[in-house]
Amino acid sequence: MNLSALLLVPIAGALVTALDPLRSRRQLWLVLTATVHLALLVAAWSGRIGGSGLLWLSFDPLGGLVLTLVSVVFLAVTIYSIGYFRREAPRGTRAFEPCLLGFLAAATAVTLTDHFGVMWVAMEATTLAIAPLIYDPHDRHSIEAVWKYLLICSVGIALALLGTFMLALAQGMDVAMPSLSRSALVSARTLQPVWLKAAFVFLFVGYGTKVGLVPMHTWLPDAHGEAPSPISALLSGALLNCAFLAVLRVMQVAHAAGADRVLAPVLVAFGLASMLVAGALLLRQTNYKRMLAFSSIENMGILAVGCGLGGAATFGALLFMVGSSLCKASLFFVAGNALIEYGSKRIADVSGLVRRLPISGALLVLGFFAMTGAPPFAPFLGQIAILKGAMQAGRPWVAAAFLGLQIIVFIALAIRILGMAQGGSSNDVRRTESPWLLLPPAGLLGIVLALGVSLMAPLQRVLVAAVVTLGGGAP
Amino acid sequence: MTAWLSLAVLLGIAPLLPGIAAKTVAMLTGRRGAPLFQPYRDLGRLIRKGSVYSTVTTWLFRAAPAMWALSAFAAASFAPLDGRAGILHFAGDFLVFAGLLALGRGFLTVAALDTGSSFEGMGASRELMIGSFAEPVLFLAFLTLALATGGLSLTGLFGPPIGGAWAHFGASVAMVALSLALLMAAESARGPIDDPATHLELTMIHEVMILDHSGPDLALLLYGSALRFALFAALLVDLVWPHASRNAGIAVTGLVAGLMMVAVLVGLAEASMARLRMVRIPQYLLSAGVLAALGALLLVR
Amino acid sequence: MAHLTDTLLLLVLLTNFAVLAGSRLTFTIRAAAAQGVALGLLPLALHHPWTGHSLLITVGTVTVKGVLLPGFLMWAIREATVRREVEPSLGPLSSIGAGVLAVGLSLAQSRYLPSPGGVVPQLLVAISFATLMIGFIVLTTRRKALTQVVGYLLLENGVYLFGLALSVRVPLLVEMGVLLDLVVGVFIMGLVVFHMNRELETLDSARLTELRD
Repeated sequence: MNLSALLLVPIAGALVTALDPLRSRRQLWLVLTATVHLALLVAAWSGRIGGSGLLWLSFDPLGGLVLTLVSVVFLAVTIYSIGYFRREAPRGTRAFEPCLLGFLAAATAVTLTDHFGVMWVAMEATTLAIAPLIYDPHDRHSIEAVWKYLLICSVGIALALLGTFMLALAQGMDVAMPSLSRSALVSARTLQPVWLKAAFVFLFVGYGTKVGLVPMHTWLPDAHGEAPSPISALLSGALLNCAFLAVLRVMQVAHAAGADRVLAPVLVAFGLASMLVAGALLLRQTNYKRMLAFSSIENMGILAVGCGLGGAATFGALLFMVGSSLCKASLFFVAGNALIEYGSKRIADVSGLVRRLPISGALLVLGFFAMTGAPPFAPFLGQIAILKGAMQAGRPWVAAAFLGLQIIVFIALAIRILGMAQGGSSNDVRRTESPWLLLPPAGLLGIVLALGVSLMAPLQRVLVAAVVTLGGGAP
Repeated sequence: MTAWLSLAVLLGIAPLLPGIAAKTVAMLTGRRGAPLFQPYRDLGRLIRKGSVYSTVTTWLFRAAPAMWALSAFAAASFAPLDGRAGILHFAGDFLVFAGLLALGRGFLTVAALDTGSSFEGMGASRELMIGSFAEPVLFLAFLTLALATGGLSLTGLFGPPIGGAWAHFGASVAMVALSLALLMAAESARGPIDDPATHLELTMIHEVMILDHSGPDLALLLYGSALRFALFAALLVDLVWPHASRNAGIAVTGLVAGLMMVAVLVGLAEASMARLRMVRIPQYLLSAGVLAALGALLLVR
Repeated sequence: MAHLTDTLLLLVLLTNFAVLAGSRLTFTIRAAAAQGVALGLLPLALHHPWTGHSLLITVGTVTVKGVLLPGFLMWAIREATVRREVEPSLGPLSSIGAGVLAVGLSLAQSRYLPSPGGVVPQLLVAISFATLMIGFIVLTTRRKALTQVVGYLLLENGVYLFGLALSVRVPLLVEMGVLLDLVVGVFIMGLVVFHMNRELETLDSARLTELRD
């Protein structure tokens, strides 16, 4: 059994669910496939699944880390969607499960493949697989959201393709068969600097569009805000990370070619800009799902800053990625619960969540504190490592800006989230909450807490192995 | 020697070309149409008549037809009609060429304004609008050709160096040829800019400007228009089909055959599309300009 | 073969301007189809010993870009019964001007980029950038959703043209994958347009302004 199993299982699941007319059976297949996928991943980590597979798949620490994150979030999404769609029936019923599994297959290909060309194709496939899911509510807002998403992300992906071609050209004329394989690029003797720099620019702008870095972020609040809640969780918790992984792969090639100086300041600049714009726009938000979407933009900015700083900051960025993705997914789940209960996406319409839905309310507050960097949750450790890395790299003003923007974001989110959780009137009656809707967010937050309390040795080893290729080190 | 012969042939054959175009249009639209040599008969008929002049017109009105025909004739003496050399040639004579054409257009426009008629004023303003777009395009085409052939006179642009230019810069010369073909319709007042067969004054550009002329004046105007058509057609033929030869007979036959082909093609264009709306004309001319500019860009890179 | 390559590249450039200047949607789509056919024939012109690889790519590209995608967009037009582009942000004259600017910029810029070498003319790099920029112009300045899709097609064509600079060197799988992604992408966009027409009774994307901060 080789790595191809990780790819074939979701594809098989997609085919099966496409042919099954009964919704409950499709959902069962969905959860089953997600579980099998996660189990296969665990086997891959322990080395029981070897070597390579179709499409130049190969298991490296960075790709494995992101794929595990995606798989965990995906499983949580499948469990949550069972409960969610009992209350809110989706309209595009038949396509939902196959598209989800198609997304999982494409994400597997993006994270594990060694070939830049395949990564591009798979990235485009994730974009296309998610589009029908964003449009699920079938109203004019979701049409607008999916149109912007499709157009902007497709332009970005086209630019990324151009960058991919330039990478091949950078290998020069005397190479008979230029390769787009990452391992080949990383170990290449000489790469033509002009084409290489041009490639980096286009790849960064292209994949950065999918990550949601400012100023290419305009599709993100609409898409994440209008999609149904499980899909929003998937978008923020999984898709953004896949896109960021693509940027990191480019960083790996840059680091190997010694061109860090070119890309790193760009990353820091875009990251800080994303944090700034997200923070500024957060102060004006009246829709809680868009609020969470802007928070995702801010998180991606943090990741970009961390990876751009290098050293311990890269370690911190990856740790923060793990923690914040899980938190964001659980926050979107709780938001979905609130939407079911209150029927409105406006913050002003939601109050007294802890009275009506006590567990969801508690999870909301906990998730908010976890994501914005409160100890003992994992993102706190990540942010500390980033700050440390900034000081070590001799960039105190970056650290200061980082801290300042984080405070602004914290305040903006706190006003809104605490306002949603508290308040309400005394006639608020406590509702029973479906376990399907509670288990995923609780489970994800539990993982974040566990990671924060004791950063387990295996995870630490994996993180260090991952950051070495990016030019980072342990904190 | 062949240059003089070609000029004489051009002068003689010019009225035939509108006849050929009209016959082509008629045949394509299911009619038999006027005879091929009808323009000659029209010219003869008009010469034998007398001119009537309005009392409000001045000497400009009387001078314009002669200037129109003479400017066309003078411009024709610069063009390398036999594919080898024009009768007159010196560096920069394409400026004189364009200037002569503009002079003729200027006189015609002023004469139209001189009548004080609103129809002719409308025609004059339209003609000047077209001219203001067409002349830069003409210069762009000349520029591109100059870059391709290295010549600075019309003989150098359209004459013998053309063969070499096709071989090396075929794409650019093709663009110029396309551009000139589009321009020809504007400069010689043919479709799709200006339908010569229309009888509605509001849709005319050139014909409405000459409404008040009569007799020999009108004959000169008609002849001048035919000569300008033949002139641009000859330039196009020089570009596309270099027919230079030591033998005068071959050169002249090539010229005549090419002119007739162009006339047929113009008839084809007029039959297959309607006249362009006025707002489209700048776009049309801009497209012609862009084609020439692209040809130049390809040479400059 | 150099002549054929140059001619095809010029055809690509001319069709770009046709799309920029056109106001009738059917004309724009036909121009994009012509561009697709020209692009499809380029591998044959570039690589003179015709291998099975290049023939396959040619057939695939011509079918997809010249027949399938334009046909699908024509179907979408019939479904949505649109005929003309609504007042775009940039009129036809300004669009053509912007297009000339784009061509000039890309010609200037291609001087600084090292040549791909071999049989590939430097003109190809310049025209690929020009097509990319013109596609971007069309995408951002047009209001009808279908015209924006045509702009996206031009953008992809520009990138594809650049990819031809290394056509024998990228594995067949990746090229097929790129084509497939394009097909599926345009297909999904077409479906969204269909739904947009049904939902909003219009394809004017200037009406898509309700989601804002």
